[in-house]
Amino acid sequence: MQERLASSFDPFVLPYTIGLVFILTYLFIALIRVVKALPNDDKFKLLKHIFSLKIFKSGWEIFMECLLHRKIWKKNWTLGYMHTAFAFGWFLLIIWGHLEVNIFAPHRLNLPWYPIFFRYFMMETETTLQGSFFFFMMDLTLLYVLSGLVLAIYKRFRRKAFGMKRTTKLRWNDQVAMYALWAIFPLRFLAESFYSEISGGSFLTAGVGSIFHWFYNFTENEIYIRPIWWAYSISLGVFFIMLPWSRYTHILSEPLFIIMRNAGIREEHRNSGYGKVEIYSCSRCGICLDPCQLVSVASLRDSAAINYTRHLRLWKSAKAHQAASTCLMCNRCTKACPVGVDTAALKLNTKHELVNLHTEKQYDYLNTSVKDISTPLNALTLSGAEATDVDVIYFAGCMTHLTPATKLAMTKILEASGERFNFIDAEGSICCGRPVLLAGARKSADELIKKNTELFNQIHAKTLVTSCPICYKFFKENYALNMRVLHHSQYIQELLKIGKIKINPTTAKIVFHDPCELGRNSGVYDEPREVLKSVGQLQSTAYDGDESLCCGHSIAAEALPYRKRRVMSDDVVEKLTTNNPDILATACPACKKAFSETNKIEVKDLAEIVAENLV
Amino acid sequence: MINFGYKRNESATLDLDVDNSELYKKLLKEEPSAATCISCGTCASTCSTGQFTDFNLRKIMLLCKRGDTQSLEPIINRCMLCGKCQFACPKGLNTRHIVLILNKHLHAGKIS
Ligand code: SF4
Ligand code: SF4
Ligand code: SF4
Ligand code: SF4
Repeated sequence: MQERLASSFDPFVLPYTIGLVFILTYLFIALIRVVKALPNDDKFKLLKHIFSLKIFKSGWEIFMECLLHRKIWKKNWTLGYMHTAFAFGWFLLIIWGHLEVNIFAPHRLNLPWYPIFFRYFMMETETTLQGSFFFFMMDLTLLYVLSGLVLAIYKRFRRKAFGMKRTTKLRWNDQVAMYALWAIFPLRFLAESFYSEISGGSFLTAGVGSIFHWFYNFTENEIYIRPIWWAYSISLGVFFIMLPWSRYTHILSEPLFIIMRNAGIREEHRNSGYGKVEIYSCSRCGICLDPCQLVSVASLRDSAAINYTRHLRLWKSAKAHQAASTCLMCNRCTKACPVGVDTAALKLNTKHELVNLHTEKQYDYLNTSVKDISTPLNALTLSGAEATDVDVIYFAGCMTHLTPATKLAMTKILEASGERFNFIDAEGSICCGRPVLLAGARKSADELIKKNTELFNQIHAKTLVTSCPICYKFFKENYALNMRVLHHSQYIQELLKIGKIKINPTTAKIVFHDPCELGRNSGVYDEPREVLKSVGQLQSTAYDGDESLCCGHSIAAEALPYRKRRVMSDDVVEKLTTNNPDILATACPACKKAFSETNKIEVKDLAEIVAENLV
Repeated sequence: MINFGYKRNESATLDLDVDNSELYKKLLKEEPSAATCISCGTCASTCSTGQFTDFNLRKIMLLCKRGDTQSLEPIINRCMLCGKCQFACPKGLNTRHIVLILNKHLHAGKIS
């Protein structure tokens, strides 16, 4: 290997170099702005993480996710191969290029364009074959990237082959960046092939180069093939300059996102730097489109996670708010997202920025004594010693009062079990506070949390059982209670296990619908299934566990019109009843109400099925 | 006294000389389902807040239609947004959204 030209510069390197300087400057400024926007305790967390051994874990994750795209492989092999070919292949090309300069022209390491246009400036000598290893690796890697490119083009026409029904609709900026990216590798391939007669090459470039040479002897008239180096350099420059304004920003932000996430930073502070990094880490891959029922069933594509992050990037806060307030917060998209963008948390913040209900007087009625307002409720104060010495507090939840069969069933089960219990909201209650939080009013939710906590903690019970998954999630995660919190499905399973209740098994064929708040959002999948298995024949469906659908009546989507909710519920019932079960069971009053309205099949809460078959 | 589950309200005068339907128009624009309310009162009879106060969504819809923003303003944010009314409403109104929109316009700039 030796230098072919005395000069280490040629004007065609300029577009690339300008692009590179631009993108590095951009990255530096963005990094400073992001870190500056972090609250102080988060800055501290970040520093602590960077200087601890855990940074290696982040490094490994960056390697696995940003370069190898492990999560996309899990979804679909072809899609995974395509993404990896671009990311890991390009990364390898950069590594080989730098190694070559390091070994053969170390004095040129300070020139950023040298590794990229190595084959223009350097040539293989007759006598040594030192370079052949790198020539071979370069060609192999280039072939790898080009195979990914072929797949990417194919995907634009036939996305079904990649396991996707829908894919991203590209804006002009994304298109410019994408075509620039697509152009980089074929142009590099052409440039190096034309030059293979001059500077050498391996099986790919030298092979194709000799065919070109057969047509015309370019080595004599180098001037004709110089434009191809220009085109290669320009495509790189354009890609770098479009990078911050396109979906490819994620190449820069995703590693930082992983580091911040592993440092324990979460999107709790409004407008924190973390949120920005998270939004820009969305690669607009479109994987979240298919799982979202708003897209597939309700034709509200604008509300999908992928479009919500775009509204935020473009500062369209009205549109972002609209998307946030029609989103079911079912988290089907978050589970599918290969980057781990938690759009539900971001959406809550969008709402929080725009909604405020709280005033001094808002919930002042919570502190008036019951007598003052002459209501017969025990929900705000507890009277009588009998109520405070129990094993279990049963809190049906607001919504369960609209599906009274569930609360009657629970009373029957509790009585049969012999547990001492206090049905604390038998005559009404105040809300747990999650619905108001999901609407964006955190301060208001805090007041309800405070009042409920006071009430529950006055009773010395071991367990709080609720029939509403929304209350369950909130009691468990946002309350500091002196007792454990169970959803009634978990509690019934426990009673069955320790033999406090017994049931007569039936032959009814049952399908279970996992409520979002209980399943995906709280991770309770097994207990309800165990209960149902002991009482009937539980059929499995394609929508079990993490794949479960949203009933469409989520309390989070305050702006979602009723008819859209209905189409979603009908669709879910349709999908769950393909095997003709006798009963569609669920464990949430909202799901029950949503499904009952379709009038297609008997819908029951699992507590009802158990109560009917108690020994 | 027998509790019939509802309270009598003070009598009020309906002033047809003043037409202030601005708020109602804004509401209809942002939540068109508001137009379909039939004043059945199902929402009010199931209301969680209604157990403790005289908060009454049916009445709120009427006050809004009449343009009586003065009476609305102090009470609109008392709702706990629990969603019972939304599940009960026979016309499928997005009741929680209605409360949020009215609150936004009535309290714009007034609460921190
Ligand atoms: S949110 Fe996740 S799944 Fe959806 S487009 Fe962005 S990166 Fe892809
Ligand atoms: S949380 Fe559910 S409804 Fe909302 S964007 Fe994600 S998949 Fe769609
Ligand atoms: S239940 Fe619905 S239709 Fe009836 S008064 Fe209330 S909002 Fe109107
Ligand atoms: S959402 Fe508000 S108006 Fe509706 S039932 Fe609950 S507290 Fe009452």
